[in-house]
Amino acid sequence: MTTNATPPATAATREALGVTLVRLRNEGLDIVVVDADLGASTTARRFKTEFPERWFPFGVAEQNMFSAAGGLSTMGFTVFASTFAVFAEHAYDQIRMSIAQPNLNVKIVVSHAGVTVGEDGASAQSIEDIAVFSSLQNFRVLVPADVNEAAAAIEIAARTSGPFLIRTGRSKERVIYAEGMPFQLGKADRLREGTDVTIAAAGIMVSRALDAAATLANEGISARVLNMSSVRPLDEEALVAAARDTGAVVVAEEHLAYVGIGAMCAQALASEYPVPMEFVAIPNRYGESGTSNQLLELMGLTTEHIVSAARRAVERKAR
Amino acid sequence: MVATTSSDLSALTARMRRNIVRMVYGVQSGHIGGSLSATDIMAVLYASVLRHDPKRPDWADRDRFVMSKGHCTPVQYATLAEMGYIPVEELDTFRKQGTRLQGHSVLGKPVGVENSAGSLGMGLSFGLGIALGARLRGQNDVTAYVLMGDGEQQEGQVWEAAMAASYHKAGNLVAIIDRNRIQNDDFTANQMETAPLGEKYRAFGWAVREGLDGHDFAQILDGLTWARDYKGQPACVIFETIKGKGVSFMENNPGFHGAAPNAEQFETAMRELGEGA
Repeated sequence: MTTNATPPATAATREALGVTLVRLRNEGLDIVVVDADLGASTTARRFKTEFPERWFPFGVAEQNMFSAAGGLSTMGFTVFASTFAVFAEHAYDQIRMSIAQPNLNVKIVVSHAGVTVGEDGASAQSIEDIAVFSSLQNFRVLVPADVNEAAAAIEIAARTSGPFLIRTGRSKERVIYAEGMPFQLGKADRLREGTDVTIAAAGIMVSRALDAAATLANEGISARVLNMSSVRPLDEEALVAAARDTGAVVVAEEHLAYVGIGAMCAQALASEYPVPMEFVAIPNRYGESGTSNQLLELMGLTTEHIVSAARRAVERKAR
Repeated sequence: MVATTSSDLSALTARMRRNIVRMVYGVQSGHIGGSLSATDIMAVLYASVLRHDPKRPDWADRDRFVMSKGHCTPVQYATLAEMGYIPVEELDTFRKQGTRLQGHSVLGKPVGVENSAGSLGMGLSFGLGIALGARLRGQNDVTAYVLMGDGEQQEGQVWEAAMAASYHKAGNLVAIIDRNRIQNDDFTANQMETAPLGEKYRAFGWAVREGLDGHDFAQILDGLTWARDYKGQPACVIFETIKGKGVSFMENNPGFHGAAPNAEQFETAMRELGEGA
């Protein structure tokens, strides 16, 4: 993939939603959008301005919204439903029975995921949504690394039949992909070559993984960086190749460790090609109020944490 | 349509009830009471009201029937068999490994089942989505009919959907309530009284007909066609029914919500339902 060299622009992944939906509708896709009073925050509301007849408000009632989204999709529409990640979890059984099990054409784009939502505190910080939605059969789960990959994820979801969950966030993060990059379902993107260790990252941790790899290079450690934005399906082939080529894997994610992407990667590698692994992820606790950066520090989700984890992984190889 | 006269409907519903009892007896599990209470409603709906064509189950302009009380698959499958969606013999596979006829409704299994259900309270929302989609498509003849139980009215999601349906003026959405006054464990009044149901729906902005006899073909037809023809806002028709209707020892008996009859009970039930008559 091509990466932007200069200057490091920043944007939140949620910013991709509204503009991308408008663009795709203008390209003729049969999109409708359902909303639960958060369209301004998820940015979906931009679609309402352009296509008010295709915008269905459901108030603060996520259970009804997700079941209705399933019904709407049976009339042939590509239905986008967006809310905060924690409020999608509020309707887990509705998503399970009205969308996942019948394999309906509904795309859920959650925003404000992870601890980077910040000051709102524990109740607003979804640290388990990847586990929750990965547990639903038929769902594809995508965790884009930046605003341009988020746009690409939304587009592939719109153009592919069946349920999707796309995780976006509120914090402004460095843009690492060029606009218009294509999303490849089930493919990890190798952003940096390396031979000593692989850092497999998703979401906001991808840019931090790239920074960590640069730091490690100064220490003589060559780190491969994989963007694991396609969580389901997961690119097990790329993981096994990384394990074989580099002999150690660090997984970095803004999510609970024991039910997260790291756990999925560990399962894949344990049965195919076990190597030392380290996990940069949220420990067993809920979040709290604070700035994004304070919470990333508190949870152990900084570039420095990735660097330390990579060093440990490399040391363990030598044992 | 299959049956439009009262005697036709009597014969049709007797066959359906026998099939319901046979299915549940055959696999010794399934929800018999709420299936028997809804049998007459389902028969009139499919025979005389619902715009559907078993030969073209994917007909875009068909009405949609949404089974929200998804445990009552025996009456749903018995209806689909009578209408020609599936062979009657297939009912023998009910709830058995490898069957299309699962214990609770699964969308597309068989074709004619329009939603997945089992967790209660979701069908009205799903039907609302269909209704809104049909209106956006300009399919103005399409009506979404949602069958719910009265115990199901305890689910909060029902009222989210009720509020949203009137807000969206979903005149092409019909809620049908099978008011048999018994739920899983006990009489509804002993678990969580849902009365006054009609007043609740009116307060939520719906047009309501209530107090109709859900075992009187003429009253059922009257209620359903009234609800179908009511435009501008969603309509709710509440049918008073008897759980276990048609089998003396099952009628109004909370013990036959989810229990299967034994051999002796089965013989009695089939005799009462006119087998061999």
